[in-house]
Amino acid sequence: MIMGKMIISPSPHIHSKDSTRSLMLDVVIALLPAVIVSFVFYGWREILVMGVSVGSCVILEYAITRYLLHKNSTIGDLSAVVTGILLALNLPYTTPWWVVFIGAVVAMGIAKMTFGGLGQNIWNPALVGRVFLLVSFPTYMTTWGAPQGVVDAVSGPTPLGAVQEGLMQGSSVQEIMAANGYDYATMLYANLGGSAGEACALALLAGFIYLCVRKVIKPWITLSIFGTVALTALIFWGVDPSRFTGPVFNLLTGGLVLGACFMATDYVTSPMSVWGGVIFGVGIGLLTMMIRYFGSYPEGVSFAILIMNSFVPLINMAFKQKKFGR
Amino acid sequence: MGKRTFSIGGVHPHDNKISRDCRIKPLAIPPTVYISMSQHIGAPAKPVVAVGDKVKVGQVVAEPGGFVSAFIHSSVSGTVKSIAPRADLAGNPVMTIEIAVEGDEWAEGIDRSETLVTAIPSDNKAIIEKIRLGGVVGLGGATFPTHVKLMPPPGSKCERVIINGCECEPYLTSDFRTLLEKGEQVVIGAAILRQVMGNVPCTIAIEENKPEAIVHIREVIAKLGYEGIEVMTMKMRYPQGGEKQLIDAVMGRQVGSGALPISVGAVVQNVATALAVYDAVQKNKPIIDNSVTVTGACAAQQANLLVRVGTPLRFILDAVGGVPESAAKIISGGPMMGRAVANLDAATVKGTGALLLLTEAETRRKPASACIRCGKCANACPMGLEPFLLNRLVKAGDMEALEENAIQDCIECGCCLYSCPANIPLLDNIRMGKGAVLGAIRARAAAAKAAAEAAKK
Amino acid sequence: MTNIVIWTIAIITVLGVLLALVLFLVAKKFKVEEDPRIDEVEKAMPGANCGGCGFAGCRAFAESAVKASDLEKHFCPVGGNDTMAKVAAILGFEVKAKAPQVAVIRCNGTCSARPKTNEYDGFPSCKVKAALYSGDTGCSFGCLGCGDCVEACQFGALSMDPETGLPVVDEEKCTACGACVKACPKLIIELRPKGPRGMREAVVCVNKDKGPVAKKACANACIGCGICVKTCTHDAIVMENNIAYIDPAKCKLCRECEAMCPTGAIHGVNFPKALDKEAVKARIAERKKKAAEAEAAAKAAEAEQSKKEEQ
Repeated sequence: MIMGKMIISPSPHIHSKDSTRSLMLDVVIALLPAVIVSFVFYGWREILVMGVSVGSCVILEYAITRYLLHKNSTIGDLSAVVTGILLALNLPYTTPWWVVFIGAVVAMGIAKMTFGGLGQNIWNPALVGRVFLLVSFPTYMTTWGAPQGVVDAVSGPTPLGAVQEGLMQGSSVQEIMAANGYDYATMLYANLGGSAGEACALALLAGFIYLCVRKVIKPWITLSIFGTVALTALIFWGVDPSRFTGPVFNLLTGGLVLGACFMATDYVTSPMSVWGGVIFGVGIGLLTMMIRYFGSYPEGVSFAILIMNSFVPLINMAFKQKKFGR
Repeated sequence: MGKRTFSIGGVHPHDNKISRDCRIKPLAIPPTVYISMSQHIGAPAKPVVAVGDKVKVGQVVAEPGGFVSAFIHSSVSGTVKSIAPRADLAGNPVMTIEIAVEGDEWAEGIDRSETLVTAIPSDNKAIIEKIRLGGVVGLGGATFPTHVKLMPPPGSKCERVIINGCECEPYLTSDFRTLLEKGEQVVIGAAILRQVMGNVPCTIAIEENKPEAIVHIREVIAKLGYEGIEVMTMKMRYPQGGEKQLIDAVMGRQVGSGALPISVGAVVQNVATALAVYDAVQKNKPIIDNSVTVTGACAAQQANLLVRVGTPLRFILDAVGGVPESAAKIISGGPMMGRAVANLDAATVKGTGALLLLTEAETRRKPASACIRCGKCANACPMGLEPFLLNRLVKAGDMEALEENAIQDCIECGCCLYSCPANIPLLDNIRMGKGAVLGAIRARAAAAKAAAEAAKK
Repeated sequence: MTNIVIWTIAIITVLGVLLALVLFLVAKKFKVEEDPRIDEVEKAMPGANCGGCGFAGCRAFAESAVKASDLEKHFCPVGGNDTMAKVAAILGFEVKAKAPQVAVIRCNGTCSARPKTNEYDGFPSCKVKAALYSGDTGCSFGCLGCGDCVEACQFGALSMDPETGLPVVDEEKCTACGACVKACPKLIIELRPKGPRGMREAVVCVNKDKGPVAKKACANACIGCGICVKTCTHDAIVMENNIAYIDPAKCKLCRECEAMCPTGAIHGVNFPKALDKEAVKARIAERKKKAAEAEAAAKAAEAEQSKKEEQ
């Protein structure tokens, strides 16, 4: 007994090993393959982007909680690190450091802290940061430099960008594909151009499987996004393969894998119940495909996730799990 | 048949059955016992002895104080010293009979021999009366008077008796030891219960982490040759031993909100209760002792003890090496639903199943942080509730929304608080809200009843 | 370019006018006729919406007061007599002035007086704690120290003293709304008349245990010895369930009970001078001596009288 006193508390008297920190650490671990791949592909400039992003997110969170909100610092829960990594993975490696910093300010300061910090934000902070940069600095954000590391490639537009450009110039999808020589197998592990985190779908999927095995997330949201994207693409592609790209192409290009595995599954901004998650995923999938096919931006995953984030409170109300015996 | 389990939620804490190999040993009789008048759910019992009276082991010292109440017997022989309020394990005063022990003289009519009595009396009414006179209450935790449970309200029909041998709470091993050491008695108790309920089939549910017990009870059933009793292996999952969860797991039926198990044709009794039924019916022995697990990684000694009802907790702990310096919390019951002991001078009651010693590292709560809306509490809740939402509504004091979101269905199993990564004291608040909502529901029911009666007149 | 600007302004103006019209019509159509005095009464209220009066808020109070036939059941503890006079004037009632009250914490089981035997590790709420067990000390009646009352107080009049572990009432800020009384699961807090110039006496303990038990749990407990009852010359103190209670209506603030209390469970506050216990004790002893002498004299006189009669 401590000093002759016994501790008294209501039951339960034991606790699982999970903590916010351990869950966030798992997400960091799951992101490591993608981070390492991005370093290998893009070299020191990606390391710089990553460093600036993570560093400024953590410092901003610390500064805001301590000096603006006068609360205890919450950086120990590692959520700022996760946001920093995700933001960096959502940017091209060529992004100047000060643009990365502005993205971090928007992500942490506006998207997260103005709502009250972790758990209160409506939209995924990293995505808000990315979209802010996308509309504010379109030049930096769509100048996709070629990978510099082990994979030898040339600078060029992303596959989605190339398709959109080609379609506008009157070519058919098949012609564009043939001209660019896209190869699905290569795209699986080395997606040329685009944001740093989009480079290697395999690395992202490895992280996703890790999270599922560790029971950090449930796979339903991700799977329903993949399923919806594939199904939508299949239908449109089946109707007119010269105007619409196919399901495999859509699954492997752009930020879909990154978004579906790591951005849409963010606890705070996704629904809690299984069916809510499925609806959420279907919404993201549909919106993504609508933007890709009919929008003026070549890529729509970020917008789709942010739009569906807004519906989460409604989805949570509408899709509750079944209560026992009711 | 595959292993069964319940359908919603649940958690998997490490089972920590470190005292599983300790045989049940009788504990010495303490010099003084303190017999509480509130050892069961329902009205407290009324003392029928006076200060200075000589009592024997098994003699009635208090009679039921209402329909839902139970007889209480002296667990020792000696002299009644006082009948006064005394602090229970929470420090709250409870009417208690203090008996100074003199020798160990048993009341007449109690069969103390070890011989197994396998022939079950045919008169069900007499059996129920014996159970009532034996002061048998549910020993799984709720301590609901057993004879009340065995008399289902008219119109309802029992289809299956379930003997709860899950012992899903971590650390506890007294039911497991009882199954191994008193398997015959438990099976006969089960046979009595199924006969009383109208020769319905009986399932003894045991979790898969007790394979010896499963094998042993199957052998015993075969040996004794009772029909209609089967053993069902359950997956390991907490709170499998919860009445509603167990019925769901065994029968695939969900008891509705506010309804009794009998509404889906089930009667659930704990292993220890089945043993008490055997003792009361076949041996005329009322509940005067029960097995208590003393355990914990920091405990000086692991033990399963047969303890006389009313033994001071300190006496039990001293008998197994005292309270170690590293123990920071002593729990009466399991770590998920047990109660922290605030007063070691309190005495055991019929329902005391374990004394668990936890260190500060094992039990100290970590500071709560912000909800990250991970939904782990909602996924863990075996009743399908949304603890994060209820917590918020309790703080806002929104009683209507609380009732709408079924806070009254909460079984206080602790899965939500156990699984919350932000360490938010969900259950602490939900318990308060549940109390308030249940109060409001009862008040409403009473008002409706009064109005109906007024209308009749 | 100018065209666009003009069009924009025009469209927005037209929209604004249209919407204003719609709002105006809707407000007209759905206007609820209310007793105008409700608004008047509400304006006279303090507007704290504390619920101290027993109604949901100032508006609810006003609605009820307007319908009531007298103001017996309506009293705003926050605004006090001034507010009630205004309300009565609006509604044409007469109202009796009530003595101003203040919340009194009836526990003085400070950390030093009440050794702790347990340590609480749950949600910091007295309600949760009270439902769980009797408290961290041997006293099962006293303050639990989680500060539910502080939380309940809307006027910032309560705070926890880290030294004693007990709540402290700021008399200036306390409006006697009674929110803390309702919040305390141990029923420790009582609303008592403030007394002349704030002077008042109160037994600050609610421990119903017998003397030795209470004393063992807390050095400052009322042990139910009854000395105060015997000392009081104004019949103001009653003893029930081993606990003394001073009736503020009868108390004459002589402070004799306070001086005689062996455990210091009786507290007098806002007296201009500190209590000189010895002087008061001497005074009591003197009075007792005189009374005894007088009694003796009376007896002697009586004896004399009876002797004379015999003769």
